[in-house]
Amino acid sequence: MSIEALPAEIAEPAPGARRRPGTVRLLLGNWSVVIGAGIVLVLALIGALAPVLGTTDPSEINPVFRNKKPGAERTIRTDDGKEVTFVHRFGTDTLGRDVYSRVVYGARVSLIIGVTVAALSVAIGLAIGLVAGYIRWLDGIIMRLMDGLMAIPAILLAMGVVSLSRAGLVAVVIAIVIPEIPRVVRLVRAIVLSIREEPYVEAAITVGTPTPTLLVRHVLPNTVAPLIVQGTFICASAILIEAILSFLGIGIPPETPTWGNIMAEGRSLFRIFPHNIFYPGVFLAVAVLAINMLGDGLRDTLDPRFAKRV
Amino acid sequence: MFSYVLRRLAATIPVMIIVAVLVFLMLRLTPSDPAAIIAGDNANAEQVAEIRKRLGLDQPILTQFIIWSAKTLHGDLGESFFFKKQVADLILDRLEPTLSLAFFTIVLAVLIAIPLGVLAAYRHGGWLDRIVMGFSVLGFSVPVFVIGYLLIYVFAIELNWLPVQGYQRLSQGIGGWLERLILPSVTLSVIYVALIARITRTSVLEVMNEDYIRTARAKGQTEGRVLTRHALANAAVPIVTVIGLGVALLIGGVVVTESVYTIPGLGRLTVDAVLARDYPTIQAVILLFSLAYVLINLLVDVTYTFFDPRIRY
Repeated sequence: MSIEALPAEIAEPAPGARRRPGTVRLLLGNWSVVIGAGIVLVLALIGALAPVLGTTDPSEINPVFRNKKPGAERTIRTDDGKEVTFVHRFGTDTLGRDVYSRVVYGARVSLIIGVTVAALSVAIGLAIGLVAGYIRWLDGIIMRLMDGLMAIPAILLAMGVVSLSRAGLVAVVIAIVIPEIPRVVRLVRAIVLSIREEPYVEAAITVGTPTPTLLVRHVLPNTVAPLIVQGTFICASAILIEAILSFLGIGIPPETPTWGNIMAEGRSLFRIFPHNIFYPGVFLAVAVLAINMLGDGLRDTLDPRFAKRV
Repeated sequence: MFSYVLRRLAATIPVMIIVAVLVFLMLRLTPSDPAAIIAGDNANAEQVAEIRKRLGLDQPILTQFIIWSAKTLHGDLGESFFFKKQVADLILDRLEPTLSLAFFTIVLAVLIAIPLGVLAAYRHGGWLDRIVMGFSVLGFSVPVFVIGYLLIYVFAIELNWLPVQGYQRLSQGIGGWLERLILPSVTLSVIYVALIARITRTSVLEVMNEDYIRTARAKGQTEGRVLTRHALANAAVPIVTVIGLGVALLIGGVVVTESVYTIPGLGRLTVDAVLARDYPTIQAVILLFSLAYVLINLLVDVTYTFFDPRIRY
């Protein structure tokens, strides 16, 4: 059916009754979302395009060219005798590695960890939260366990978990996920408890909907918006915690270029070469700031009921 | 009131038991054998077995947990694998720097954040409000160690006003002690200020439209008195709650700040213990910090009656 076939009065909304703007419209109208998402996108592009952004191998050690100030030039003679000048935009570290390349490649690790941790925490927390909210006899046990986990400050819990195995990407991701789970579980459980009293859920129970279908069809859609918001904040905090762990020397192995590792590397000669800490520090702060802004904006637009929470 | 405190205290016991179980299991889940670590590389199988017996590691896991809990409650936290000292002595030795740092940070954060938050709410939408809100988003995003190194660079290296790093015990003179605590406390308080200023602004903003604020103004009270005695007093409960919850952030920050400023406190001990896989020390520190966190929040609950006399238990 074409538009022309409709009577004009129906096609045009009545002047008084304004249609609720679509979600995408709402999001694009929120400057916090736009700026935050824009910066995140740029950082993701930097990470993805790292090899073509004028970088060298971020792990290439060059003992002759150690501890150079930003802007230092290095002339490399290639096999066929030509001379190529390479500019160390951010200087080099104590092993002669190019800090600019390490910072650019570091964006990959940070963003991958942030997204992975957010996805895992939300998925696991959602599953546990649905169970806790719906299976009453398990609720007490699960929630007491979560209370116990919440009582341990997040960084300490992560440090404890990291100490259990050899340091590596997987260990770090698990260590950051565990402290985040209880927060997601609490949120999901609270939503489930309020939703299960709704008339449409009671109606679904009356017509004999089996519990799994009920959870997926009626309860799950209500958790989507709050979980997107929560997931965004988890992403920001995961990037921060990863950087802290790496900075303390207990995170990802030091040869991997992560922002935390570059800063850990820069600690010893900080007084003379502060750039090793400041460049990755600025990237880290901007990334976390952008994701937090995105989260704030998403919360205001997608989840107005929870918008008042700090 | 007294019975309420007792009841709340009793309610923290199950939480602490769960924390204890988690922390205990953590040690038992390790792939490495603690007895072998203590015995060192040159030990033979009999020596390892002897140490295992001495530590009670040959007992069933439940028995081990009960023995470990009983010892912990008596203040016997075991012997550090790495420092070869009693963990309890190790902790006592490291307590002063951490308590000093935490104390200064909380005082500083409260003194800065609450006036800022109140003024931001009072001038809602104005430039101060924007600065405070911008600062609070920034404070959450800039990592503690970046702030730390920035402050060291500016105030210790460029301006040469304060010592770069280190700690001096209180017994060696109050001047040196204070001097070395200024930068770390300022560093650590940034995130805390962000948190408290934000919640102060929100909760003061909420009460500013109440009838009693209008009444207070109508009877001719000065704006200062309206803000403190009427607005802030009624907005106190959420603020104290957040100060209590923020202690978790503070503890995380202590670990990092002590590493940046090379302060020999509990945070530095935690990092060293994790690096050395010194499980008895890791367990003890996590347990201690969690207990502190839980007790501070218990204290916060109890202060509700003081800040809001309508709350009765």
